[in-house]
Amino acid sequence: MPLKKYTGRADTLTSTLQNQIGSFCQSLLSLDRVGIERLLQEGTLNTDPSRFIETIVVPALERIGSDWENGIVSLAEVYMSSRLCEELLEEFLSAHHIARKAQPRIAIAVLQDYHMLGKRMVLSVMQSAGFAVLDYGHVDVDGLVVLMLKDRIDIILISVLMLASALKVKELRKKLTLSGSKAKIVVGGAPFRFDQRLGLHVEADAVGTFASDAPGIVEKLAADSGLTQEVHL
Amino acid sequence: MNVFERVFTTLGHKEPDRVPFFLLLSLHGAKELGLSIRDYFSNPDNVVEGQLRLRRKYRHDCYNGFWYAPLEVEAFGGEVIFVEDGPPNSGNPPIRDFAAIDLLRPPVIADHIKLQDVLQSISRLKEASGNDAPIIGVVMSPFSLPVMQLGFERYLDLMFDHPALFEKLIAVNQEFCINWANAQLAAGATAICYFDPVSSPTIIPKKRFLETGFRIARQTLAQFKGAAAIHLASGKTLAIIDEIVQSGAKVVGVSCKEDLGSLKRACAGRITILGNLNGIEMARWSAKEAETKVRDAIFTAAPGGGFILADNHGEIPWQVPDEVLLAISEAVHRFGTYPITR
Repeated sequence: MPLKKYTGRADTLTSTLQNQIGSFCQSLLSLDRVGIERLLQEGTLNTDPSRFIETIVVPALERIGSDWENGIVSLAEVYMSSRLCEELLEEFLSAHHIARKAQPRIAIAVLQDYHMLGKRMVLSVMQSAGFAVLDYGHVDVDGLVVLMLKDRIDIILISVLMLASALKVKELRKKLTLSGSKAKIVVGGAPFRFDQRLGLHVEADAVGTFASDAPGIVEKLAADSGLTQEVHL
Repeated sequence: MNVFERVFTTLGHKEPDRVPFFLLLSLHGAKELGLSIRDYFSNPDNVVEGQLRLRRKYRHDCYNGFWYAPLEVEAFGGEVIFVEDGPPNSGNPPIRDFAAIDLLRPPVIADHIKLQDVLQSISRLKEASGNDAPIIGVVMSPFSLPVMQLGFERYLDLMFDHPALFEKLIAVNQEFCINWANAQLAAGATAICYFDPVSSPTIIPKKRFLETGFRIARQTLAQFKGAAAIHLASGKTLAIIDEIVQSGAKVVGVSCKEDLGSLKRACAGRITILGNLNGIEMARWSAKEAETKVRDAIFTAAPGGGFILADNHGEIPWQVPDEVLLAISEAVHRFGTYPITR
């Protein structure tokens, strides 16, 4: 089965939206808390907040992720901006009593190794995009299978730094299949960026090049698999 | 030319008899001895024997004094977690509270058995090998060690939000790093590889690097009693290559994510390139692919000297098969003889 290739949505947007996304990116990268709050308030005056998140916040995070891959911004800037975005979105959604998206059951884990930053960044982006994600922290393959079956996980996001950990995904796939789980596996982290064929080799359903790919991948997998439920904010 | 002459000639930006190549193998020594990775690193004599066998087998131009990345954080009270098929990992970070940084002192090298084991492996390797090739010692930079001391996320928080505590931690790490580098040089290491991935523009903005990693590297390397290489462990270097040259390093480890030709032009006559074979892809290369990659790298970066072929991360993964390593060696011997001709 060919690996799902996710491409960001920014290319197809109108110039007005592009400008709004650009402003949101700039405010995030300059860690301009006041500016982001203003953009959030203005952007949701006459628009459904979920629409604002979908059309401005997520594409802004995608653009920052893409800029990292292209050497325009650093990992530290991606991390600091995604952390701030998550924090402000959380405050905003709570203050306006806005519930999160109904969605497939999603979890995230660091498989075998102990490098947590990638997971933290994906979690920030997913929460900023309105997804609830169970955080399993650091787990081994057997522990992960147990947790996923217990929680009836539909999509598992896996972050790794080491090649040895990345290769464990194949074992995870085998054990999930044996246990009857049809969960989709999304992988990301350095080994998958340095070897673009590795995702296919370990039988992942999709590979995220950077953290901000995660919401788009999840939406696509959910839609393809009939897992998408009605969104009510 | 003997190995030292070959390496020193290329460091002088002249062409030696053939392209020197460093297979930076650490874990593969355990394979050679039929030991688990944990058992292999339980005795310095294993590492000596492993390094000797690896160089005999692959005919490369150095011994690797490096054991594993969490070694230094272990001296700070950190946890090392061994796995069957990969490098030992750093476990829970030993500094759990930023306030603890105020009380932190540099570990005394003589008090730590694992550091002593590494020093013994270097001195015994020098003796057992008859000093027939350079021994590369390794230190983690004071600026990058906190990733393991605190966890990456908390380290970025410290760097951006707590500058005074950041400077205190760096001062402690710097004292330790200098002592650790000089202890390895005294034990017989030929040069020190200063691993500093956090300084890469992949990780922090150049402006922040100029205020932190660059200043720290320059101060630290100046106190090493021997030559140093800087390695950003797969991180990009091109945007900060001038600063790396100014840091005093003689060699820079470069990423496969950057164009080797551009790197060669930026480094020519100023600093020797170490790299840049993709160590992750290498695990699934065929012998033919290995030959092609080696040949391309040599044709691009070897003319004029100033080039040592190596992987791009500074450690070849456990999963890279012997056949691929033999193919790399064969290709260097076949295509790397000077003058380089296509």
